[in-house]
Order: sequence, then structure tokens, then C-alpha cells
Amino acid sequence: MLRDARLIAAKDLRIELRSKVTASQILPFALLVLMLFAFALDPDSQALERATPGLFWVAVLFVTVLAVERSFSLEGGDGVRDALRLAGLEPGGVFLGKFAALVVQLLVVEVVLLLGVLLLYSRDLAGVGLLAATMLAATAGIGAAGTLYGVLAAGLRVRETLLPFLLLPVLAPVLIAATRAFESALDGVPSDGWPWFNLLAVFALVYIGIGILTFGSLLEES
Amino acid sequence: MEPVIHLRGVVCLLGRFPALAGVDLSVEQGEIVLLQGPNGAGKSTLLRLCAGLQPVATGTARVLGHDLATESHQVRVRVGLLAHATFLYDDLTVADNVRFWTLAAKADLDDAQRAMQRLGLADRLAEVKVSRLSTGQRRRVAIAILMARRPELWLLDEPHAGLDQDGRDLVDALVREAAEVGATVVIASHELDRAAQLAPRHVTIVGGAITAITADTAAGPAGVPEHQQPEAVRSAP
Repeated sequence: MLRDARLIAAKDLRIELRSKVTASQILPFALLVLMLFAFALDPDSQALERATPGLFWVAVLFVTVLAVERSFSLEGGDGVRDALRLAGLEPGGVFLGKFAALVVQLLVVEVVLLLGVLLLYSRDLAGVGLLAATMLAATAGIGAAGTLYGVLAAGLRVRETLLPFLLLPVLAPVLIAATRAFESALDGVPSDGWPWFNLLAVFALVYIGIGILTFGSLLEES
Repeated sequence: MEPVIHLRGVVCLLGRFPALAGVDLSVEQGEIVLLQGPNGAGKSTLLRLCAGLQPVATGTARVLGHDLATESHQVRVRVGLLAHATFLYDDLTVADNVRFWTLAAKADLDDAQRAMQRLGLADRLAEVKVSRLSTGQRRRVAIAILMARRPELWLLDEPHAGLDQDGRDLVDALVREAAEVGATVVIASHELDRAAQLAPRHVTIVGGAITAITADTAAGPAGVPEHQQPEAVRSAP
């Protein structure tokens, strides 16, 4: 299973390196969202400072929808989904591979977004450990749920509009927990944030487990 | 010895439409069989069914010794399907695609390299993105991947389509070579003159049902055993 996961992840990341969709389209979109928030909320006001963690994760969720759609549109072209079924790959491995590639891309976007937050919103970086751990756990949860709902929507004609409706409500707990953990990290009281990190880790593990177990059936039906 | 393909009364639905309506067919190991019939007759559906990609609604379907209703996963890894779609990632190069699908099928990369050389893909085309290839070149990449897999059952849907004369001759040579080493080949084609020269047995399918099975003695020695004749043919005066 891990061999198949490595193969799929390497393929997805190679496609990204060759097509540069994340770098040329998804990342600029994320930065644009961040700038629009800054325009809407006066940077000198307390409102922007208070809202920064939430705005960061809302921007990440918008990016996630685009990245998941992109990830599964790769498998929809020219009969590729049939070829995946014919290749005899472990479905759990395909899930883990697509999940890993998605997480890598989201983490790259998040690091750039974080730099944008620090510059645009004039925030200080405190609680680096909690910040990094939260980003990893939240991104794992977002990636696992995104991969699962991505394959669910992949076979539908209305997938572009349906995916956000399916995925965003499911990711609401991640949004809340990641925002609270980020608030604690940015306010310099990291100890308050670790329980939220634990929640994120549990969410990620549950969705990774569900994905490994159910991805095969969903791929067959897509 | 059990036939490589053994279908009895197979019905296959696309939505509610019966794309295959009670198909009986047996194909022995090493045979080359031509599937012919008009557009929409069910040729591609029959190939996809034999590849384990299309569910069987009713009837018995066994391929390579496995029941397609319960063991389609074991069948899929042993067949090679050349379909209308080429199964390629547009954003990857030719070499990337061949390498990925070869490793995915746990096949040998040396075989893949030899297949690329045979198909004329190993040199200047190897690092070209698939999205920049012509239809015929894409077809050659798909054939190279099929060769690298070394399937026991070749299911070829319009294998000559989009290829130049050299490519068509190469496909014919590959089919003959595959059969010589014991692989079974089923070809769905509208290019009857060319395909008929390859296949000793011709199966005609119309409206999802087999209407005739004929032997072409000029193409090879295989005849049509009586039990493999469809009901309508057997009962004809």
C-alpha cells in the first residue's frame, strides 16, 4: 500500500511541477483573498488583529476546494480513472498518495499565506511550535476529508458546485479548532492551544482511517 | 482447459439500456478474434466487460478463470485494454506516463523502455508533454504501455485508428507476436480488411447480441466449434 501511495504522490507532485497550477493560480488566489480581507477590515483596527487566525483558515479552506477539484480533475481526463482500476493499485494506497500530494501543496500555500499574514496584518510570530503543529494536523485533516469528498464528487457532472457544499460543512470543526489554536499561538499563550491541536489530530486520524477503508468503493462508483 | 473468455447469456446495462443483451461467447487461449458490427452494437462494452470494468447484470461471465461478478479485480491486472481513451496524463511527458503506468502495473521498466523504442517514442518524443502529441502519437504511447504490461488477454478497441501506415503494420505485428507467445487477442474494428487478416474468427455483434460467428480460413487454421455458434446460427437450416 505504501509503495502505491508513494507512486501516486510522486505522480501528482510531478504533474504539479510540470503544470505549475498551484504556483500560478491557486497560490495567487489565496494571497488575493488575504489582501481583500485586509482591504475590507482596516489594518489599523483591532478587528483585523482579532480576525487574523480565522481569516487565515478561511483562505485555506477556499484554496482547499480548488486544490481538491484540481487533484481529481487529473484523474478524470482521457479515461484515467479506468486505467487506475485496471492497474491493480491498492485503493488505500491511491488514497494515501493523493492525500499526501494534496497536503504537500496545501502546506506550501499555508507557509506563503502565513508570511503574508505576518506582513500584511502586522502580526508577530509567537508560539512557533504550536503554530507548526496546528498547521500539520489541520492540513492532514483537511487533506484527508478533501481527498475523500473529492473522489465522492469526482464522477458527478455537478462536482464543481457540489464539492464545496459537501466539503466545507465537514471541515467546520477544523476551521474552529485551527482558529482557536492559532489565536493561542499568536497571542503568546500556546498552552491554551494544545487541546485544540489534539482535536485536530483526532479529526485527521479518523478521516485518514475512513479514507483508507472506503476509497476503493468510492473509486469504483466514481 | 477453460476458455480465456467464457460468456453465457451475459446482459450488461448502461443505465437502463441493455448494451449487451444475452451474449454467448467462448475464446480459447492464443486465439485472435475480430469483433465486428455497426456503431453502438456493443463492441466496446463487450471489451470493457471482459476487462472487468463493466458490471454483469445477468448471466455468467468468466475471464482468465475468474468470475467477473465477484473477482473482477483479479482479471483487471491480467488484461490489457486499448480503448478509445488513451489513459494518459496530459501534463506529464511520454516517458513520465510510460514509467508511471508501468510501475503501477508492477511491470518491468526494461520492457517499457523496449516498448518505447519499438513504438518510436524513446528519442525526441520521450520528454514531450502528452498534451502536445498528435492523436496517432498518443495512440503509440498507449500501445507502448500496453506492451510493457505483457497482458495475457489483449482487448483492442479500434487499434489502428489514428495511426499511420507504419503504425498500423506495427500493431499487426505486435498482435501476431502476442498470440505466438500464448496471449489471447480480441480486436473490435471497423477496418475489416486489415483486422480480418489478423483474426481467424470473426464475431458479428448487432444490437448487443452476437448474430454470427464465422471462420476465415485464409487468416489462420481456427474454425468455429459448433458449441461456440450462437443459437440463431446453430439452428439455421
